Amino acid sequence: MLITRKLKDTIATRLMVIITSGAVLFFVAIGLVLLVKGLPVIKSHSLTELLTTSNWKPMKGQFGFLTFIVSTLLVTLLALILSFPLALLSSIYLSEFSSQKIKKFFMPVIDLLSGIPPVIYGVWGTLTLVPFIADTLAPHFVDFSTGYSLLAGGIVLAVMILPLMISIFLEVMESTPQDLREASLSLGATRWETTTKVVLKRSTSGILAGVVLAISRAFGETIAVMMVCGNFTAMPKSLFDACYPLPALIANNYGEMMSMPDYESALMLAGFILFVIIIVFNTVSWFILKRIKRSL
Amino acid sequence: MIKTKYQRLTKRYLTEQIMLMVMRLAALAILSVLAFILYTIAAKGLKSLSWEMVSSLPEGGYYLGGSGGIANAIIGSLLMISGSAIIAILISLPIAFCINFILKKGGWFGNIARFSMDILFGIPSIVYGAFGFLIMVWLGLQASLLGGIIAVAFLILPIMVRAIDEVLIMVPSDLKESLQSLGATRYEMMKVILKSILPGVGSAIMLAIGRGIGDAATVLFTAGYTDSIPTSVNDPAATLPLAIFFQLSSPMEEVQNRAYAAALILTIIVLIISLSTRQLTRRIK
Repeated sequence: MLITRKLKDTIATRLMVIITSGAVLFFVAIGLVLLVKGLPVIKSHSLTELLTTSNWKPMKGQFGFLTFIVSTLLVTLLALILSFPLALLSSIYLSEFSSQKIKKFFMPVIDLLSGIPPVIYGVWGTLTLVPFIADTLAPHFVDFSTGYSLLAGGIVLAVMILPLMISIFLEVMESTPQDLREASLSLGATRWETTTKVVLKRSTSGILAGVVLAISRAFGETIAVMMVCGNFTAMPKSLFDACYPLPALIANNYGEMMSMPDYESALMLAGFILFVIIIVFNTVSWFILKRIKRSL
Repeated sequence: MIKTKYQRLTKRYLTEQIMLMVMRLAALAILSVLAFILYTIAAKGLKSLSWEMVSSLPEGGYYLGGSGGIANAIIGSLLMISGSAIIAILISLPIAFCINFILKKGGWFGNIARFSMDILFGIPSIVYGAFGFLIMVWLGLQASLLGGIIAVAFLILPIMVRAIDEVLIMVPSDLKESLQSLGATRYEMMKVILKSILPGVGSAIMLAIGRGIGDAATVLFTAGYTDSIPTSVNDPAATLPLAIFFQLSSPMEEVQNRAYAAALILTIIVLIISLSTRQLTRRIK
């Protein structure tokens, strides 16, 4: 009896350790497979050529990623500029100023925003932002815009990364000990002064971690951005021009290119670039957030 | 002297009042964005939503405005997410329990396992989709329900592990200690603990389902698309996000309208999942 129980225990625990190791290896495997698939195109074209030229003519064997990389960076930057102030201000409000009642009402709102699928954001963008930009906004600045633009992509992405930032900001700010707030208030500081000089000062690294995480989420977002950004292979010259981020490039062309090994390899390389950038960003924010949790 | 001090005080007070106003506006802006999104989807979707949309399959000439519905996509999505959720929970429970009860607390392997899960959580769905497709080509599989199930299972696995991990961290050590002092082996202890956290596991599953059912990029290459309901796991399967995506890119207005109706259906499904997850988590706390 004891022996069977012991045996069961040993088998079960061993099996669980194996599954866990498998999951860790899985993450390495994704990177390796993408890299191996991406290597042929690095061999036939140098990495500098791939990353610094913007000629994208797969049929002629030219694979310059620059347009796509610049598009990805611009869309992400725009999303961050639009959503960071909103996220920071509303997190401060919810963490330091609002009543419990308002907060209780607001948390489900953030949950819902983070739960809405990307494709729904895309539909919303095409229905509202695209026509608004094409008909109302763009004519003031440029001659012609279809509305499917850098700006539309940036706005959609901004809304999508809001809930992620808010939830991290809130967690970080709320980890500030109440004693510190009270000490500051009792010295005669107003609540706003307490917020900026005590809470925000203490939360700077955590806020940074949240931003980094939001950037990496924005880099990888595919469907929603692809639906509103135009997907046109040319360097965007204004906010109202179409752009073509890396994930959209993969989504639009993958599956059709199996007959051309270099083309497939180039798209896999794009996937690998995304993978590496996101791992680096996630790792940075992981260590910052871990240090904050440990100091509690 | 007194006057300047008073002035300084009012200035500080004013700053606070102004900032409070700005913050309220920011919060209100976020609220209105959500309301705006939901309103847009509901207003557009309700117009073309009908029982036929939900209950029938696409008929001939459907994509040119012919009659029919998107039952294939609804059922495809449900089949796929059930399969993925079953696979993912079978893998994520052992991982979460292993991290919490078998590996040494704060040990290097536990840390690496948690770290990998957090990184996997951050990997975009398009990468899972592309990776899944590569594996399928390698195994000689066609785009199929099975392919979609596996790719979505990859996607939701880290979500589940993290959610279950969070529940397990809160299990009181008293429970663990009293079980051990009664002579339970680790496996028996874990079985008892699993029973006590079942609602938490439920909400982890719901959270993962909510994320998985709406994701288009993972299933884009792996599941294919078809007008019929799959009869085996080797058949291709339609999914709601792709139904929306494909119909929206049609030039025909009637087909586009159906994309809006499909978007409304997906939104309603996701909202129900999201709200009930919240209820479930609240009950646990």
